[in-house]
Formats: sequence, C-alpha cells, structure tokens
Amino acid sequence: MTSTGKSPWLIHYDAASCNGCDIEVLACLTPMYDIERFGIINTGNPKHADLFLVTGSVNEQNINVVRQIYEQMPDPKVVIACGICACTGGVFRDCYNIYGGVDSAIPVDVYAPGCAIRPEAIIDAVVVGLGILEERRAALDAGAALDAGAALDPKEA
Amino acid sequence: MSVASFIISLFGFTILAPLAGGLLAGIDRKVTARLQSRVGPPLLQPFYDVAKLWHKERWTVNNYQGFYVLMSLVFAIIAGVIFFAGGNFLLVVFILTLSTLLFVLAAYSTRSPFAEMGAEREIVQVMSYEPMVIIMSVTYYLAVGSFNTNAVLTLGRPIITYLPLVFIGLLFILTIKFRKSPFDLSYSHHAHQELVKGISTEMSGRTLALVEVTHWYENILFLGWVGIFFVWGSWLAVLLTVVALVVVYFLEIFIDNNFARVKWSAMLKWAWLVTIVCAVVNMASLNWSWLG
Repeated sequence: MTSTGKSPWLIHYDAASCNGCDIEVLACLTPMYDIERFGIINTGNPKHADLFLVTGSVNEQNINVVRQIYEQMPDPKVVIACGICACTGGVFRDCYNIYGGVDSAIPVDVYAPGCAIRPEAIIDAVVVGLGILEERRAALDAGAALDAGAALDPKEA
Repeated sequence: MSVASFIISLFGFTILAPLAGGLLAGIDRKVTARLQSRVGPPLLQPFYDVAKLWHKERWTVNNYQGFYVLMSLVFAIIAGVIFFAGGNFLLVVFILTLSTLLFVLAAYSTRSPFAEMGAEREIVQVMSYEPMVIIMSVTYYLAVGSFNTNAVLTLGRPIITYLPLVFIGLLFILTIKFRKSPFDLSYSHHAHQELVKGISTEMSGRTLALVEVTHWYENILFLGWVGIFFVWGSWLAVLLTVVALVVVYFLEIFIDNNFARVKWSAMLKWAWLVTIVCAVVNMASLNWSWLG
C-alpha cells in the first residue's frame, strides 16, 4: 500500500439526510471505532480531502453543492455513498424534489447501504474505496511521468 | 559562527530537522490519541500524509501561492541553520518572522474569505508572540553578553538561572507558535472548525506538503529555543536539555488537549500581559544582580 492508502483524508457532506447516517459517520471518529488508526482525518476542506462521504439523497437544493465539493477535490479521489438514501434515494426517492441517490449528481465509486449505516459498514466501504484510490493514484502517477515538463511550469508550482 | 559550524549546521539541520520534526508530529498525534483513550495513527503517519500530498493532483489558485510557501520554507530553514550554527539570535528571530509573513501572504494572495480570515488571525498571532520573542533575545544578550547562540557554551551555569521568568513567558507564547489549542486560531491540526482550514484552506497537494514540512522545521527550531535555556559549558547540559524538551513538549500536548480555543482578543491580552510581567521583572532582577 502506498502513502495514498495510508493517509486518506475524508470530507463528509450531509445531502438530504435524516441525520441518522451522519451520526454514524461521526461515531467512526470516537474512541470506540477510532478511524484515525488508519490515518483518516475528517477534514472540513474539499481541497485537502481524498474521500468524499455523502449521506442522504440528492435534491434540488443541494445538487450543486455536491457537484461543487466534488469538483474542488484534487485527484485521486473516491466518492462513497453512505446509507441507502445516498445509494438510491431510499424512502425519499419518490418525493417531488428528490433526484435520487448521489450518483444522480456525481460518479459514485462505493455504495454502502443501510438505514442507518453502521460504523463497521462505513469502515468497510472506506477500505474498498482505498483500493480504488490506489488504482487512481497509480494512473495519475503514470500520467504525471509522461507530462513531467508540467512540473517546471510556474503556473503549476 | 565559524564556517565549519555553519556548514555542519547547514547539512545537519536541513536533513535531520524534518526527520525529527515529522517524528515529533507522529509522537504528538500518538500521545494525543492516548490522552483521548484512542489507539491513534501509526508513528510515521505525518510522513505518509506528506508523501500522499506530494502525489496529489497539482492545483493552485494563482501563480504566487506556491512560491510564497516555498520561500516561507526556505527562510525557516535559513533561520534554523543560523541558530544551530551558533549565529546571531536576533537575526534568527527576524528571519523566522519573515518566513511567517510569507506564509500569511500566501494565504492572502488567494482572496478566499476563509484563507483571508485565517491570515488575519495569523497576523494577530504574530502580534501576540513577537514582543516576547524580541524580549527573549534582548534578555539573552543581557545575561550572556552576546547575541550569538554559541556563547552559552562558555557559561558556568545555564541561562534559565538568569532568566526563569523569560522562560515561562517563552513557554506561554510557544503554545501559539506550535499552533496548539487554546491559541490555534489560524490553523488547527484538529479537524472541523469554523474557518474550514483557516490559513491553509486554499492550499492543496504539494503546496500543503511544503506547509507541513515548514512546520516540522519550525518546531525543531522552537525546541532549540527551549533547549538553549538549559545549555552551558558542561556535558551534563545534554541530559538536562533532553529532559527539559520532553517535559516541555508533553506539557504543550497536555495543554492542547485540555483547553478550548480562545478568542483572538483574549490571546493578545494574555500574551502581552505575560510578556510585560515576565520581561519587566526579569530585566529588573538582572540589573539588580549586576549592581550587587
């Protein structure tokens, strides 16, 4: 495992969640589950994040927020839909303002269902996400090697 | 400061300080986790973090930010090299301030509200700790008779015996310099705060990695400042200095974990109050001892 898999920083966004899954995400940070063991930091800043944890379904109000956070995250990045609402829209899927799961706004890499999702399931989803993150980093490194001249460009520094 | 000591310090500090600083950050996170009854990340986690940031996509909001951050790192290294080579203490203080101000400029250059707010808080932090640092170098001169840091090696006893109150003042402002709670206003190591990530909000990838490494260099330099209070012309000094550094750093971690963040006005007020009391009383006592 490279440093990318050993230091995944996450950003958590609550879309149209009932807060059940949010509480479980935060429970992962407590001494009981202590995800900092794996080097995970819950950062509030998309520019520092590698993992994007979304809870709740996407609606008219937050679709642009979800997209903006996703776009502000530098590659390699992985999106994890936490809870059944984030996966499919859940019980809210037929509401007039709901688009559906997170994949109706941005590409999702890992679907972790549950109502509410258990902390163990979140940790499992993150571990699956780390594998994808590693693949993306390898692809990015290979691409960066081809484009080594870009590093010397002052606009890139 | 001889040429030989400069060259030794140049290579020694530049290579060893980030290793020691990163390890120190790892120990810090481990001890913090244990204080919160958590297991905590691996000891080498800060190195993994920086290595990961180095491999992130290269983004920047403008052409200047990366340059400012790089220069901030370079000046932090220069300050450390001069300090450990036995050079002028006052020069170290000024160069380190330049390094901090370049970091502030890096945040200002982005024009992001969160980064600007963080930069403004950083300026207030500089205002809070700078008087104490200047007074420390002045009282150092009064006690030792030279601004050169290698002058302590000729002393018969460590300068903590001359400057006990100045040392307490330094401990107080070190909490600001180490970016520890209750004075971590501009940038905190802990997640989730009201300013997103304060001064480093707009920094990502390699720029953020450089910020972390700068912080490691600075931390080792600050521990050097603590250590110089316990050094004198004896081999016992090594033992005393190591014990003092361990105690001081654990104290900082303990304070970090037990205090909530204060408002900037409280930080400024308390820092200046401690500075004035410690400086005046200690300077007065130094003068009286000369008369006696």
